[in-house]
Amino acid sequence: MKTLCKTAVTPVVVAALAAFAFSGIALAGWEPKKPVDFVIMAGKGGGADKMARLMQSVIEKHKLASKPFIPINKPGGSGAEALVHLKQKAGDDHTIMVTLNSFYTTPLRQPGLGVDVMTFTPIGRMAEDTFLLWVNKDSGINNINDFVKAAKSAGNKWIMAGTGKGQEDQLLTSFLNKAYGLDMKYVPFKGGGRVAKELAGKHANSTVNNPSEQLGFYEAGNTVPLAAFTPDRLPLFKDAPTFRELGKDFVYFMQRSVVGAPGMSKEAEDYYRDVFKKVYQTEEWQGYMTKKSLQGEFLTGDDLKAYWKREKDNHQKMLKDIGEI
Amino acid sequence: MEILDHLMQGFAIAFQPLNLGLVIFGCALGLFIGAMPGLGSVNGVAILLPMTFLVPPTGAIIFLAAIYYGAMYGGAISSIMLGIPGASTAVATTFDGRPMALQGLADKALITAATASFIGGTISVILFTLFAPPLAAVALAFGAAEEFALMMLAFATFIGLGGDDIPKTLFSIFIGLVFSAVGLDIISGQPRLVFGDIPGFLHGINFLVLAIGIYGIGEMLWTIESSKGDVKISQATVTVRRIIDDLRTLKDTFKSIVMGSILGYFVGILPAAGATPGSLMAYGVAKTISKHPESFGKGNPEGVAAPESANNAASTGSMLPMLTLGIPGSPTTAILLGGMVIWGLEPGPMLFIEHQEFVWGLIASLYVANVFSLLINVAFIPAFIWVLRLPFTVLAPIIFVLCIVGGYAPTQDMHDVWLILIFGVVGYLMRKLEYPLAPAVLAIVLGPLAETSMRQALLISNGSFLTFFERPISGPIMAAAMVLFLLPILKLVKDKFWSRAAT
Amino acid sequence: MRKAELLMAVVMGLFSTYLMWKSAELPIGWIPDEGPGGGAFPFWLAAGMLICCLWIIVRWVRRSSTVSASADQYMDAATLRMFFLVAGALTVMIGLIHVVGVYVSIPLFMLFYMRYMGGHRWLPTGVIAVATPIVTFFFFEISLKITLPKGLTEPLFYPLYDIFF
Repeated sequence: MKTLCKTAVTPVVVAALAAFAFSGIALAGWEPKKPVDFVIMAGKGGGADKMARLMQSVIEKHKLASKPFIPINKPGGSGAEALVHLKQKAGDDHTIMVTLNSFYTTPLRQPGLGVDVMTFTPIGRMAEDTFLLWVNKDSGINNINDFVKAAKSAGNKWIMAGTGKGQEDQLLTSFLNKAYGLDMKYVPFKGGGRVAKELAGKHANSTVNNPSEQLGFYEAGNTVPLAAFTPDRLPLFKDAPTFRELGKDFVYFMQRSVVGAPGMSKEAEDYYRDVFKKVYQTEEWQGYMTKKSLQGEFLTGDDLKAYWKREKDNHQKMLKDIGEI
Repeated sequence: MEILDHLMQGFAIAFQPLNLGLVIFGCALGLFIGAMPGLGSVNGVAILLPMTFLVPPTGAIIFLAAIYYGAMYGGAISSIMLGIPGASTAVATTFDGRPMALQGLADKALITAATASFIGGTISVILFTLFAPPLAAVALAFGAAEEFALMMLAFATFIGLGGDDIPKTLFSIFIGLVFSAVGLDIISGQPRLVFGDIPGFLHGINFLVLAIGIYGIGEMLWTIESSKGDVKISQATVTVRRIIDDLRTLKDTFKSIVMGSILGYFVGILPAAGATPGSLMAYGVAKTISKHPESFGKGNPEGVAAPESANNAASTGSMLPMLTLGIPGSPTTAILLGGMVIWGLEPGPMLFIEHQEFVWGLIASLYVANVFSLLINVAFIPAFIWVLRLPFTVLAPIIFVLCIVGGYAPTQDMHDVWLILIFGVVGYLMRKLEYPLAPAVLAIVLGPLAETSMRQALLISNGSFLTFFERPISGPIMAAAMVLFLLPILKLVKDKFWSRAAT
Repeated sequence: MRKAELLMAVVMGLFSTYLMWKSAELPIGWIPDEGPGGGAFPFWLAAGMLICCLWIIVRWVRRSSTVSASADQYMDAATLRMFFLVAGALTVMIGLIHVVGVYVSIPLFMLFYMRYMGGHRWLPTGVIAVATPIVTFFFFEISLKITLPKGLTEPLFYPLYDIFF
């Protein structure tokens, strides 16, 4: 059977090799031997999922890799399942993962997993997503002072909708509660798109969505951003001041990074770094970043590790403050 | 009438030769993906995404619509032929589709399913064209409390589905609901019921795992026992004459089809509901309004027609919250949303104004895909019937392999394959003791939605249950659910009273 | 039949108790201003399961349901043999997937089932046993790009990937 197959497909092999030569992939150096598992630390349709599938499409379009990257969603336990999976794949050269900030928070909240994210292979930080504070247009609130006044008088009847518990949206909510002396109630929903809709449908009073999640409603004039959790004003939302301008020195980003299994070989690490660096530089990725108001340059290697260390310590402190760990 | 112009333009695009080729290829591929237990439209649409860069965006949309509809039709094939629902949207189709196949009426069941799907798709496209913008407002008004009320209504339409054995039926519902709680508790963010700290339980127990276990492995064991290992499942034959006869008798199911289409469309519009509750409710309602409710579950074609028309109508309906609000109503629309991001389109209220050609191109191609799915499906019916006539000892191992591979594919985790085996074996042992198992499968589908929405609503209302009854939309839905819950009890009391009076 | 009915009810009763205990890891009561705790939903439903099991046992004692009054055998020897053969073969097949992957264990299972259980001749058995994994490979790995587990046989597939991707 096998030999029969072989002889029949020889011309195909030749053609395939020719195609490789044309697509400009160096035949020397390490190459994946089989399709690469592209683990996504979140469910289908979320921000991380959309981004991973965009990366996959860009890789296929520009033929940046000789084997396909196959997205696999492992959303279980706020990413715990994905982290454990990667840990078990230690030393594997064909498993990489798209991460977000649950990369820090989940191991901190579930120490039983025994996951140390600092052992993971740093491949590349593709972007940093930004956060803003949003309210419904019909609420008549236009600036942070109105917001504080309204939320204060509503007490714990003020509903802040967000994604997940003990994660970024709740951290931002507790920052606001602390900074302005509020008692907003945090209600977790599944997925940022759903959260954005809860605000537009007036089931919630405020949210801290990413721009990509609220953009549709913002453009239709349903929702308004009040302030940004970034160091500088965002080009897309010029009218929203930063919290720094408002006198609260607080900045928060969501990382969009690609990591490899712990103990990945040096050659494989270099290969993936090269692939994702090229993805970062494509027109598609740059266009997406501008459109969705993403920030951050490509970060890799020791720089990325140092960034993780800083962010991890930061999250540890924030989670302690709200009593989640 | 501007809308109609746009729709016509959409059709003109869909009928270009390249696009027509994509439709036919997509429908056929979708049909096979859907017919595979475990794989559904989600997988079909997911593989398409990287291809969207290779063909022009309109071609991509059309191809995607074709796969989507093809897979929806295909789901019914697996439900009818193998008795295994290929996706949660096709659960209700097994209830009567499977008995029909066992009686040698597989051809009739397949034709009923295909025609009902087609009519459902047609009615929903018309409704979409006429009422899209106003209905977006309804979807927006649907919050957690309304969602919970809707889930109660879905449960209520299904009361009385189980057997006559009350404790065993209740047990089955409860165990399904408990299994649906495995994984992560969204509200507290804590892992829950992670048995033995096995990481595979972190993603919960998927509906498909239970369904493939019970309906796939369990049902096969049952068939092997009752046939002593070797019997043909059915003696179905197929001729052109029979197909024509089948089509002629379809008019009996017309009422169910129209009801299913309209109900399915409206339930599909509601965010987070999607096609599954729609098809389940359509089945329940069809049974209630039918002249022969007792024949449901024993091979009544109306029981195939209602859920099939509803799930296709709901698929079109669920495009509405996706396009206007950017909320995926189902996993498939979640992937579609990802596709829109790649094409550089922003879902939301502005999409209908700024990108009308995209919206109507999508709707028109859904419709074209609907037509071709019907044709391809009917053309393949003889092939499917031929498969059914294979010796059972050839068919059985193939079905087992399909169950195992199909159970692995969605999560790519062997953990789920082992669970399928366990559910299959235990389900078989329980079935021998007359435990009804369908309620457990329904409970695992509706359970997570019901629990999460209830707790979100209670958080928002500071723990007051009145919220479900006070709100203008959830109140009436809740009231309707209550009436449906009480109806069988009242009937029981009345029957008792009558029989006593008679003797 | 009677024995099986009681055994199932007792085993399921024990299982419900375990579920209740496991659910109680999270708060099962009412949290003021928030609603039920994270464990409440599964805990009280598992309690419902337990009540159903007790109900079934009570009926068993009173012989008031059809199954508990039935004198039929739960499984006769032939059924039992069939059950163990099929379930056993499935278990072995799934176990083997971990070691040698789907593309070895599936044909083995098909060979066993068709040849030993079905008594088919070698030719059709062999053709189907070889054709199934080939179709599976092209459908899942090439067209759907879903990789299936291969265990030890993984390196054998590298040349195939080089050809098709």
